[in-house]
Amino acid sequence: MEDKIIVEHLSLSYSDGTESLQDINLHIKENNITALIGPAGGGKSTFLRTLNRLNDLTDIKLISGKVLIDGENILDPRTDVIHLRQKVGIVFARPIPLPLSIYENVAYGLQMAGEKRKSALDEAVERALHQAQLWDEVHDRLSASAYAISGGQQQRLCLARVLALQPEIILLDEPTSALDPISTAKIENSLEILKSSYTILVAPHSTQQAGRIADDVAFFLQGELVEFLPATLMFTNPRDKRTQDYVQGRFG
Amino acid sequence: MNQPRLPSLSPRQVERLGFLGLALASTLTILPIFIIIAYILYQGFPAISWNFLTEMPSDGMRQGGIFPAIIGTFYLTLGTAVFSIPIGLGAAIYLSEYARDNAWTRLIRLTIINLAGIPSVVYGLFGMGLFVIFLKFGTSILSASLTLSIMTLPVIISTAEEALRSVPQSFRVVSISLGATRWQTIWKIVLPNALPGILTGVILGLGRAAGETAPILFTGAAFFLPHLPGSLFDATMALPYHLFVISTQVPGMPIQIQYGTVLVLLVFVINMNLIANAIRSRARAKRQW
Repeated sequence: MEDKIIVEHLSLSYSDGTESLQDINLHIKENNITALIGPAGGGKSTFLRTLNRLNDLTDIKLISGKVLIDGENILDPRTDVIHLRQKVGIVFARPIPLPLSIYENVAYGLQMAGEKRKSALDEAVERALHQAQLWDEVHDRLSASAYAISGGQQQRLCLARVLALQPEIILLDEPTSALDPISTAKIENSLEILKSSYTILVAPHSTQQAGRIADDVAFFLQGELVEFLPATLMFTNPRDKRTQDYVQGRFG
Repeated sequence: MNQPRLPSLSPRQVERLGFLGLALASTLTILPIFIIIAYILYQGFPAISWNFLTEMPSDGMRQGGIFPAIIGTFYLTLGTAVFSIPIGLGAAIYLSEYARDNAWTRLIRLTIINLAGIPSVVYGLFGMGLFVIFLKFGTSILSASLTLSIMTLPVIISTAEEALRSVPQSFRVVSISLGATRWQTIWKIVLPNALPGILTGVILGLGRAAGETAPILFTGAAFFLPHLPGSLFDATMALPYHLFVISTQVPGMPIQIQYGTVLVLLVFVINMNLIANAIRSRARAKRQW
């Protein structure tokens, strides 16, 4: 499998000194699910938000190193961030539907990118909702408010919204932390199916979830990438003592 | 222990007295408004007639109607809206969506707060100096509207900025993360959701402008005009100034006409406030987030 994302010597710190990243080096394979685990504040969110330059919205004090996606350094100031964000979608911890209808939420990204043809939008919305396993539940009320559906459905809507743009990489930042077990299972199930055509990075909300879905696992601790291993090795035979302690539940 | 014994109250009695005092205080705040409105209605209502609202004044304004003052106030309010809404909204969007928190924006904010505290007569003198004399707009609807606009701007900017900020930051992040530009995000997500709050502020600001006398005194208000203003560069009669004129400058003025004029002005301004209120409560009921 090809390396989709190559991270070289990535360091980052915020002006308010909260999370930071220290010299991260990482190769992420195409069509894999890579899980980022570790205690809160360890840099998982910061790392994810670096990959689609969403960090630009916050006050970054320092950023150095390289993040190559398909060989291009996306940290280059000349990067077209709009295009980058269409290619690298993100799902957040809490479902945040835009105050629009279900249909408009899914079509939003495409419309902002200039797609005006109704048929193309209809098609993309239906396909994305199918992929997020939400179509059967909402197909008869697409024009209803996105706030009229349950939290679990809203989160799948947020996934569909990203999928509608046909990205290549999907980032999920604790996507199931606010969800019930059934909705969680549906999201995990979707990810398993989606990974054949996408590269997926997820910060799972538990180590168990990482064990269920991940191919590779990266362990972040206080801004440092402690260890990066295939999931099977990570949970049975990690090399670093800190990783061992974490996956065995001794801290975190 | 020879202290004189004070009549002692139980905690329960103290509480009741306290509540009584608070209830009295809040009643006192609304009482004057009710008395004013009731009195003006009582005195002014007999003067209201179709002729009073649609005719020119006659007999040195002692008879006839107040149509030119009504239409003048309407023009001035409209003119103020034309100038203050785009500028105020633009400034609010800049401050809320684009500006970073630095010395420059803090200075802008401080200035806006202070603008709101400047007495209206000072705006009037400033407007005369700048628009009437320096820019040679003369005493005109244009000068008066511009002066009223400057006075209204702080209200519009601060309420609009607050309305924009009340739209959750997370919506902006989501929109940007889906490949939208900042401008698209403002246009598609932020503005539509802030619109009711913005409208409320705009209407309240305009309502205040409609009732002001001092800013238009030197810039556009006419004592008496035998005809309606024909262009932006004409002076105009206006309700608040007309009221001042007929109350202090015209001997032998029938009291009914004075109160009739007050009533018309009051209805004009209160209606605007009611519209603002209706927009706000409708939006609140419809809002989902």
